[in-house]
Amino acid sequence: MELLQLIIGGLANGCIYGLVALGFVMIYKASEGVNFAQGDMMMLGAFIALGFGNSDEMGLPFFIAVILAMVLMFGIGWGVERVVVRRIFGQPQFALVILTIALGFVFRFVAGSIWGYTPLVLETPFAGQNLRGGGIVISLADLVTIGVTLVLTIALWAFFAFTKIGLAAQAASQNQMAAYIVGVPVMRINSLIWGLSGAVATVAGVLYATRGAIDPNIGLLGIKAFAAAVIGGLGSLPGALLGGLIIGVVEPVAGRYAPGELAKMSPYIIMLIVLVTRPGGLFSQIQMKKV
Amino acid sequence: MSLLEVQDLAIHFGGVKAVDGVSFDVAPGEVFAIIGPNGAGKSTIFNLISRVYNPTRGTIRFDGQDITGLKAHDIAGLGIARTFQNIELFDHSTVLDNLLMGRHTHRATNFVQDILFLPKVRREEREHRRRVEQVIEFLELEAYRKKMIAGLPYGVRKVVEIGRALAIGPRLILLDEPASGLSVEETRDVAFWIEDMRRDMGLTVLMVEHDMSLVNQVSDRVLAVANGQPLALGSPAEVQAHPDVMAAYLGTGAAA
Amino acid sequence: MRVVFKTSYNRDIDLHEHGQSRGKIALLAAIMIALPFLVGDYYLAEAANTLIWALAGMGLMVAVGHTGQVSLGHAAFLAIGAYADSALMNAGLPFVISFPVAGLITGLFGALIAVPAVRMSGIYLAIATLAVFAIVEELVILLEPITGGVGGIMAPSITILGISFDRYGALDHFYWLCLAIVALVTWGYANLMRSPTGRSFLAVRDSEVSARALGINVTRTRALAFGLSSGVTGLAGALMGHYIGFFNYELFSIFISINLLLVVTIGGLGFIQGAFLGAILITAVPQLISIMRDNLVSVGIDLSGIPGLDTMIFSLILIGFIIYEPTGLYGRWLKIRTWFEIFPLARKDMFRRQKSYLKTERMR
Repeated sequence: MELLQLIIGGLANGCIYGLVALGFVMIYKASEGVNFAQGDMMMLGAFIALGFGNSDEMGLPFFIAVILAMVLMFGIGWGVERVVVRRIFGQPQFALVILTIALGFVFRFVAGSIWGYTPLVLETPFAGQNLRGGGIVISLADLVTIGVTLVLTIALWAFFAFTKIGLAAQAASQNQMAAYIVGVPVMRINSLIWGLSGAVATVAGVLYATRGAIDPNIGLLGIKAFAAAVIGGLGSLPGALLGGLIIGVVEPVAGRYAPGELAKMSPYIIMLIVLVTRPGGLFSQIQMKKV
Repeated sequence: MSLLEVQDLAIHFGGVKAVDGVSFDVAPGEVFAIIGPNGAGKSTIFNLISRVYNPTRGTIRFDGQDITGLKAHDIAGLGIARTFQNIELFDHSTVLDNLLMGRHTHRATNFVQDILFLPKVRREEREHRRRVEQVIEFLELEAYRKKMIAGLPYGVRKVVEIGRALAIGPRLILLDEPASGLSVEETRDVAFWIEDMRRDMGLTVLMVEHDMSLVNQVSDRVLAVANGQPLALGSPAEVQAHPDVMAAYLGTGAAA
Repeated sequence: MRVVFKTSYNRDIDLHEHGQSRGKIALLAAIMIALPFLVGDYYLAEAANTLIWALAGMGLMVAVGHTGQVSLGHAAFLAIGAYADSALMNAGLPFVISFPVAGLITGLFGALIAVPAVRMSGIYLAIATLAVFAIVEELVILLEPITGGVGGIMAPSITILGISFDRYGALDHFYWLCLAIVALVTWGYANLMRSPTGRSFLAVRDSEVSARALGINVTRTRALAFGLSSGVTGLAGALMGHYIGFFNYELFSIFISINLLLVVTIGGLGFIQGAFLGAILITAVPQLISIMRDNLVSVGIDLSGIPGLDTMIFSLILIGFIIYEPTGLYGRWLKIRTWFEIFPLARKDMFRRQKSYLKTERMR
């Protein structure tokens, strides 16, 4: 029973890792770059929702606050691409890695300056509501987290697999110049994807905030989400979710049966094992370069 | 005895038979050309010989030794050098350094000696430089010695790549479309160099080429391939007159 | 523009192209050696700190700048170097042995993790190093008998041949020690880059496929580069431990890894000089910020209430450099020098970057 309880909590946690990982994967699919600020975008999204929704701030109804935060974060993601990321178009991936790490610090500074560094709690309609059955307690927040994540993953997967823009985004990532020549608006699509990943990050942030207090440093969770994305294979959306779930479940279970430090290491150990045995992740997309 | 023997070579990518049952042998001192339409598998044959790909079937022997199981980085040491269809130079280094990198198989010092820059390292460096200067002189690259690759015109890069292959000091050189993208004058230079490589350096040349004037001018024998399969093998004139080859190029569909 | 008439290949092999550049280095060395007589303890300590950062920067430069292997986990190697050195000294070994051994241990560890990691490329390697960092951080806490766990460890005082090199007791000696180590490593690094080994690093960085065709074993070359990189970083870590005196795992946070990346990118990727320029920047900026703070307080603006301002300013500098000057401070300096050398013949478009397009890594 205890194990089952741990697994359910782990699944919900894993969904959040998975959602942040989805953001990584979207940007990777579109521009073959990795946005190391994704975790900090999640943090910022959560704080913006808090700013709109909490009674001592603007006090808007919860769902309106979340939607507004998503819209605003879409704008921030879009704007970051337009103003900063676009300027290093075509430079090695390494440039984007460093650039986004720096952006993450900027986001953290902004959030810290506005909301301070003491943990705050987002007011949600699901706070403290639990479902009981068969000796297991499931919090409503966990259920909502799992449900929203599933819906979002399927929606994003469909977006990339079936819509014209989604397919164009993938084409652009494989060969920017070729995509340009055949008339794919590479730049505009990149902006759109960055905006979308901002919105997804907000959802992840809000779900994270339903489960505990937030402070400007929760963005560091991005590193774990990163491991999730890599376990799944950076180009695969379902893979990202699976990776998130694996990490989410392994962590508390390892924590139950092994020393705490070992549990903290577990996501990275899993990731290294995956990287060594299948360098492209579980859903690998790497092929030989043609010469 | 032949220097390079390729027997029943085949590689399949998924369901695609990129190369399917190609056999030929190259005699020492010969200039051997492989021709064929785009996508015929010519470059794939090169990549198989230089061990970038593993063949599905068949064997490659160099100087009597089976090299089919060797690693890509073992090939240069045997004396096989190659160039690439889409130039693969070290863009952020000078021409001189690119050529010196070609001397890697001849290095006689380890990294500890290199860090301390012992007298032996200096001696070796002088010797590498002397060899590389011979290549520079041969290909008339003197003016570009200290120039970065990234700023050089296409034609010069093409020559630098040939130079880097020559710096290895090979017995067999694989040239992947040496004349593609070059002007008529530059192509003529390449033809002279190929002649000189054979005559003065005693090299064996295996090349993939589209430019039939170059092929006719320099090659002793020609292998025509299409869809991964050999069509004809013989002198340049024989191969060009072969009905299957004409069909493959002109697309009359007369032959399979 | 200076034209050097060369009469032997040795002129190209030598570290310095002409006597003037040799003279400049000699002058710089003289000033650095005389520094303890020129400045007070506070700035001397800062200078030692800068040297240590430059050493760590050189370590990372081998991997990132010269072999094209991005590491986000070099703080782990700093930590291993620091703990190994202190642990060996606590076990009774003298500094002259513990210090190189600490570097060796770190280098071997780096090469060991590089062997599986070299199969990965680009972004995946960066992530793997991040994972290694996270694991090492937890290991430090787990290995309490050696590392002091969360509580931390005291770096013993250095004594060589009866002379104290204590960071507080004999700061000038400690500074000279750092200077000598940095000078030695710089010399070795410069030697490496003019030798076959250095060229094979560059070859692997720029084109793996043609490196192989030239007979370069890519896996071994990358592992060697990563091992050397982490070894040098380990040496820097050992010195950093002595410089800080008392440290725990928090000294080697992920922020240190990122600061190191900042050192090499802002300094100028692919240039040894870049590591020094970057190190100067990263140690000078906090000083400038605190001076600025004091001055602003006197005119009535108080910035001390804003935490994280340093990191924020670093981040903005970094973003600025990546967008406007990816070749870093040293690259900018080279352009300025060229501009003066050929004055007034420079044209504006001489220094324009070429437009480049990114091709997929999935087709590797």
